[in-house]
Amino acid sequence: MAMIEIRDIYKNYGDHKVFNGLSLEVDEHQVVCLIGPSGCGKSTLLRCMNGLESIQGGEIRIHGDRMTGPGVDVNALRRDVGIVFQSFNLFPHMTVLENVTLAPVKVLGERRSEVEAKAMTLLKRIGLEHKAKEYPDRLSGGQQQRVAIVRALAMGPMVLLLDEITSALDPELVSEVLNIVRDLAAEGMTMLLATHEMGFAREVASKICFLCDGKVHEEGPPAEIFGNPKQERTRAFLQRIIEAGRL
Amino acid sequence: MSSNTDNRGGQTLGLLGGERRWSAGTPPKDVTGWAAIALIVSVLVLAASWKTLTDVRAATVVLKVDGLLADAILVICGLVVLPLIWPAIQSLRKSQAAKAAQAGGNLVDARVATAASRDYAYITLGFAAAVVTLLLVTKFFIANDLAVSRTFFLLPLIFSSFWLILKAFWINIYIFVVAEILVLIWGLIVAVARLVPGEAGRPIRMMSTVYTDMFRGLPAIINIYLIGFGLSLTGLPWVKDFSQESFAILALTLTYGAYVAEVYRSGIESIHWSQVAAARSLGLSYFQTLRYVIVPQAVRRIIPPLLNDFIGLQKDTALVNVIGSIDAFNQAKIVASNHFNLSPVTTVAILFILITIPQARFVDRLVERDQRRMRAGGS
Repeated sequence: MAMIEIRDIYKNYGDHKVFNGLSLEVDEHQVVCLIGPSGCGKSTLLRCMNGLESIQGGEIRIHGDRMTGPGVDVNALRRDVGIVFQSFNLFPHMTVLENVTLAPVKVLGERRSEVEAKAMTLLKRIGLEHKAKEYPDRLSGGQQQRVAIVRALAMGPMVLLLDEITSALDPELVSEVLNIVRDLAAEGMTMLLATHEMGFAREVASKICFLCDGKVHEEGPPAEIFGNPKQERTRAFLQRIIEAGRL
Repeated sequence: MSSNTDNRGGQTLGLLGGERRWSAGTPPKDVTGWAAIALIVSVLVLAASWKTLTDVRAATVVLKVDGLLADAILVICGLVVLPLIWPAIQSLRKSQAAKAAQAGGNLVDARVATAASRDYAYITLGFAAAVVTLLLVTKFFIANDLAVSRTFFLLPLIFSSFWLILKAFWINIYIFVVAEILVLIWGLIVAVARLVPGEAGRPIRMMSTVYTDMFRGLPAIINIYLIGFGLSLTGLPWVKDFSQESFAILALTLTYGAYVAEVYRSGIESIHWSQVAAARSLGLSYFQTLRYVIVPQAVRRIIPPLLNDFIGLQKDTALVNVIGSIDAFNQAKIVASNHFNLSPVTTVAILFILITIPQARFVDRLVERDQRRMRAGGS
């Protein structure tokens, strides 16, 4: 059984149908990249999986357990499903270390000294231990996004959702963030990425999903999607990406 | 959708943080306690309501407003609180359903029922809190042999003096409408004066700063007193013949002009400098940039704080009673001292509240609309 099963979900914003019977499965230790035109629901899908937005039909199951609809303890869900946002969303009034330790201390009730030690280990791994006492506005975009990833990792999530994490970064800062994702993938972290970085998706993904018209229009291994897409819409989308010089 | 039985939750995974249970998959907590509390509270509140209503009925007899109509209203009030017990019972039923589902191994159904039970319990407690507040207010009014009601709400006096006070209220409306128009213009002038650039503009900026500092520090009531009595005593030509209302308008314009100037200034300074850069790059002069690009954007942003200041100004029109203008408050004080009862002043209070509430709601609407637009623009 797949770890995450998204079954036939529906969601509207007024007249606009975001999901129109979308289904998707993610296995444990898989890295799934969601690609597609803007407004196709990549980000919304990630936000629904984390309970930040609700769906109107269908269901999302994790380990066979329904995670949508009434009665779900979303706080518990969010302990296990981490998300990293496009615009970092670090808390500006806290230092890097406080940003990382807030949730483990307050939500998981772990001891501050232990959490801080763990946070410093994680920060060391991404080469930012010297920034631990700095406030986010003293960090570059790439550094902020790396801290945001560590903030999500400090909760020990079972799934990590990455929502266009490099879109707000200057090109030369993208690689430092993607390197962390690469490491996590190598460690076997289950991840879903909404991304425009096609080259990276091709390299790191175990599965690519092309979202369009509220559905997964086409899915398959990267070689197949990028090398030999079957659907006309997928081909057209990738053609435009190539024309923009992004693939 | 909820007939899932294949799940027990709590798979163990080894990832980064070591061995961990899937915490969202744990069975729901028992909520029977909450449901029981909701039921007890609802029964107590019902009892308290009915007790209060019988007290109110006794009060209606004393006030000689008893009769079939009053009794009917009281009975309706008594029936209106009755449905409070319904969500409490629902809560209890759902909590039992949750237990049954959990015993039957149906975790998803159990969670749904638990959530419903908790919701119903919270609904009960929320409404109970509102009802208790109402009961306390009612108790306050009928306490001490109706003393509170008699002091503030002597209905015959309120009705007999209402038109007199409403007529006097027009003075307040006249003062604040004229003052608001003048404040809009005067405030903008002061704000622009404070932002005049360059070395030559320094004295003007300083004057403007001194003015705003002074009149924001000066209590409005002292300003009205000094201008209202002082200027007519000076015997200055033309100015000495102003009516009391005109003095009040002048004083309020000076005070609120200082506040509104600061609102304008913050609005103007909140417009990003890139807008100035864009306008100046096209060859617009400093004042053209202000006039066509910055102020139009700033005005839209400052409407909510501006209206808040206007509400303050409207309330401060009641201060003109210190210079003897017969506004609503002064008129009400006269009636009140004639009858040795404060009810006419309650009328004034209600009139002020009635004109400010729609504006407060309007401000909320505007703020909401702006936020929606910001969000739409941001995504």
